[in-house]
Amino acid sequence: MGLLDKQFEDGNIVITSIDNLLNWARLSSLWQMQFGLACCAIEMMAASASHFDMMRFGVIPRATPRQSDVIIISGTVSMKMAIRIKKLYEQMAEPRYVISMGSCSNSGGPYWKYGYSVLKGVDRIIPVDVYVPGCPPRPDALLEGLMRLQEKIRKESRVKKNVEGLIQPAPKVEAV
Amino acid sequence: MAELRTEEMVLNMGPQHPSTHGVLRVELVVDGEVVVDAIPHIGYLHRCFEKHAEALNYQQIVPYCDRMDYLGSMNNDHAYVLGVEKLLNIQVPERVEYIRVIMAEFQRIASHLVSIGTYGLDIGAFTPFLFCFRDREMILDLFEMTCGARLLYNYMWPGGLSHDLPAGFVEKARAFIKHFRPAMKELNDLLSYNEIFVKRTANVGVLPADIAINYGASGPTLRGSGVKWDLRKCEPYSVYNKFDWDIVVGTGEMGTLGDCWDRYMVKVWEIEQSLRIIEQALDTLPEGDVQAAIPKRVRPPVGEVYVRSESPRGELAYYIVSDGSQKPYRVKGRAPSFSNLSLLPEISRGYLIADMIAIIGSVDITLGDVDR
Repeated sequence: MGLLDKQFEDGNIVITSIDNLLNWARLSSLWQMQFGLACCAIEMMAASASHFDMMRFGVIPRATPRQSDVIIISGTVSMKMAIRIKKLYEQMAEPRYVISMGSCSNSGGPYWKYGYSVLKGVDRIIPVDVYVPGCPPRPDALLEGLMRLQEKIRKESRVKKNVEGLIQPAPKVEAV
Repeated sequence: MAELRTEEMVLNMGPQHPSTHGVLRVELVVDGEVVVDAIPHIGYLHRCFEKHAEALNYQQIVPYCDRMDYLGSMNNDHAYVLGVEKLLNIQVPERVEYIRVIMAEFQRIASHLVSIGTYGLDIGAFTPFLFCFRDREMILDLFEMTCGARLLYNYMWPGGLSHDLPAGFVEKARAFIKHFRPAMKELNDLLSYNEIFVKRTANVGVLPADIAINYGASGPTLRGSGVKWDLRKCEPYSVYNKFDWDIVVGTGEMGTLGDCWDRYMVKVWEIEQSLRIIEQALDTLPEGDVQAAIPKRVRPPVGEVYVRSESPRGELAYYIVSDGSQKPYRVKGRAPSFSNLSLLPEISRGYLIADMIAIIGSVDITLGDVDR
């Protein structure tokens, strides 16, 4: 709350809607489940280490699903692992979000055709909010995916269900 | 103590656990705090490497080799393309081999930096992780300017390389080495000789040399026990015999020979040796066309070949069988992590549960390498 601290003399009122307040709180401290699967996990580690510093978005790795808000499926999901991932997802408290990172968890990726033990997309077992393409995606791409998720959370509503246009297309960049 | 013995309990560690370095599950049989047995369960990242190798042609397999041990992609490619070239019986230009060695050694440093950083993280030191990744990013920048990829490169092709070194690479590599040597000293001051770190790792997970050899351990795990065995020196492949460097082995400086600290420290010392190799290779880099020897169609004669090489984790080998077609009949990867992981029950019996973290981290496995 550093933004508002000691900004007003003797107590004051900020007027906002409950949606705005809760969404702001949720999107500013997305605690991530510290859970790596395969190659993409290394890029996820790079994203949270120095140089990319995912923590500036309020993303703190937590080692348990019960304390985390977002799970980043970072890598190939094998059939054997799929059951565990579903279980982990179910252990997370609502509201919970899923980022599917990399081709493997998006669609099976390079293991699509011959990978007999690979689940062809993690969205077959859990709902995915944001897909990050790449094999592996660069840490920048993961950060972009994270910001897209924040945008999505910003538009959530506790009153209205299924808001039209929840996911909006990327803003067009005007030619300078 | 016998009368204090209580009922044994089975404790499940993983597959989601922050310090199992991926999706490893260890079934711990514990008596109170003491580990009676540790049974690793693997297969959570099985990605059908051999099936892909049957179905794709020789060049297409290289990216799948990348993804086996994703921390040592260059080393994986190196071993595989050496095998295919041996099958094809072609001679690659010397420049290609030099660049391959430079890349493989940079990859070794990058891999060891991840290993060291995450090991510190497991033990409870967060800052070394950031230091290691800061330096690792510089190596990845070098890779990126060469072939455009940060992690999985597909850089080494049978017969050559996908790209020649770009302009400015040599200067940038030298600048990195100049920056990196003092940084390693900083890391040693911060982590390696840190009192708490030494207390957590010395005399823990002691691996005697004979057990290591019996289990087929290799790489820093084997050298940590004092065995002077490095395929780059003992059975030189590529152009490794042209460089002057030493095999580093564990000394038992802090505790017993073959403990976690020794296995960790071998990696730190190996980084220095890799820097030495890179420096010499940069100095004597020959000229040439890196794509001159790339065959238009890879179709080796009927036969089989077994190549082995030293990856950051140990002895990485490929057994390639050719039936004369464009696709190999079979490619088997001998992964170092798999053999090293089999040691786990042997070295963790009798230690505390908290020591398990130190022991798993020191063996330095990549689950992609274990399960393939």
